Amino acid sequence: MPLRTEPITINIGPQHPSTHGVFRLRATFDGEVILDVEPVFGYLHRGSEKLAEERTYTQVITLTDRLDYVSSMINNQAYVLACEKLAGVEAPERGMYLRVIAAELQRIASHLVATGFLINDLGAFATPLMYCFREREKILDLFEMLCGARITVTYMRVGGVFQDAPEDFWPALKTFVKEMPIYLDEYEQLLSENEVLLIRTKGVAILSTETAINGSVSGPVLRSTGYPWDLRKADPYELYDRFDFEIPVGERGDNYDRYKVRISEMRQSIRILEQCMQQIEPGLVKTDVPLLLRPPVGEAYAHVESPKGELGFYVVSDGGVSPYRLKIRAPSFINLTILRELVIGLKLADMIVAFGSIDVNMGEVDR
Amino acid sequence: MTRLLTGEELAGHVRNAVPEAVEVWNDRDVVIRPGDVVDVCSYLKETPGLEFNYLNAISAVDYVEYFEVVYHLTSMIHNHSATLKTRVYGREEASVPSVVNIWHGADLQEREVWDLMGIQFTGHHNLKRVLLWDEFPGHPLRKDFLEEIR
Repeated sequence: MPLRTEPITINIGPQHPSTHGVFRLRATFDGEVILDVEPVFGYLHRGSEKLAEERTYTQVITLTDRLDYVSSMINNQAYVLACEKLAGVEAPERGMYLRVIAAELQRIASHLVATGFLINDLGAFATPLMYCFREREKILDLFEMLCGARITVTYMRVGGVFQDAPEDFWPALKTFVKEMPIYLDEYEQLLSENEVLLIRTKGVAILSTETAINGSVSGPVLRSTGYPWDLRKADPYELYDRFDFEIPVGERGDNYDRYKVRISEMRQSIRILEQCMQQIEPGLVKTDVPLLLRPPVGEAYAHVESPKGELGFYVVSDGGVSPYRLKIRAPSFINLTILRELVIGLKLADMIVAFGSIDVNMGEVDR
Repeated sequence: MTRLLTGEELAGHVRNAVPEAVEVWNDRDVVIRPGDVVDVCSYLKETPGLEFNYLNAISAVDYVEYFEVVYHLTSMIHNHSATLKTRVYGREEASVPSVVNIWHGADLQEREVWDLMGIQFTGHHNLKRVLLWDEFPGHPLRKDFLEEIR
């Protein structure tokens, strides 16, 4: 005789190690199988968009650091690009190269965090994560050389970067670029063929390209479905049209492809870094833009390919010293649109992995 | 490089969908009547040659006199983009038809606009606050928010 079961609703989070910050899910289960989920956001909401309306254009850069705090450089970049579009200024070439170098280093750091925590969610507690953090530490050291800060960098400015890289930055970057592929091989050796990882990720939580595009999904999650859409290629900003690199794509859009795409993207970032080091020439790093910037009345939307997806800033100016309105198109937030479709029918343990493989950052989701 | 459709081009396409829809246009964007949002958006998504299959962002701006809802659209097939706007007058009952049935990606973004700016999206299946809690007074991104709660 079959047992009679009843659906049960459970709160997962906001305090839970696998929720990557303060994320809460109200999930309804039938036994171990998920019937419905409803994400509950807002535990980290600081009102960044409203705060920006009270600060000058330069001060807002510090707010962008605190959105996705594992990819501050790229948040800086997206914001200053929007302001530059609005004010009609352009950074000098060396400044742009430094920005690209910082952004690609940050992409590697963010993907390392994503990979490490994904493995953490799979139950390999802390050890693989520490492997990933070992390399991330080196990137943070490089950032410290660039601007003195490690996480909340505020390195970029409207019209360039805050200062030129010091002399000892370049040998350190060279060593990093030389060593990183070896470390990536090491991860792949440990993880990519690992039986536990393969069983738990291959064919689990499959996302189709149509669902992804219709759900405004971007970044590695979209590319893992096999669709090569990368803003660095599709809509090149800064100097990305000068570099030779590929867009890694997945085959099926499952957990494994999302993991694999990130590993491959780190290799491409290293290629870009190598080309930057060859091409960069001495010169100015910042054009003369007043610190108290007053862009003309108007609006601009600029987007960049952040480690999570399309990060966009929509800035409206009324001619004053602070933005009239600043809208942040946060990829982590919008990528969660498809979470419900993705996890219904999965088991609880697989849902945690699927959520980890989307790689969201709560600082950016809640803003 | 993604090509941004000029306002003139976009206005032409919008007129093909709904002849009366365009209110004003400039070199970058087109403002349409709020009532025509759904018809215009489905036309832009379905018509061969346009195929705006990707909704980048929905933003709302409070210009005090009216609210402006801004749709940034991209066609991943043709690699072009467009900026579509609509203006809503009246602060109490501001509402715009929802595009969630055209682009599922509008789901959380429309909820966010409702939460922070207080513009209702009619036809949205689950329009409730997303970042703030249900009892929160007012909509913080409105320019008169601070006066309202004092």
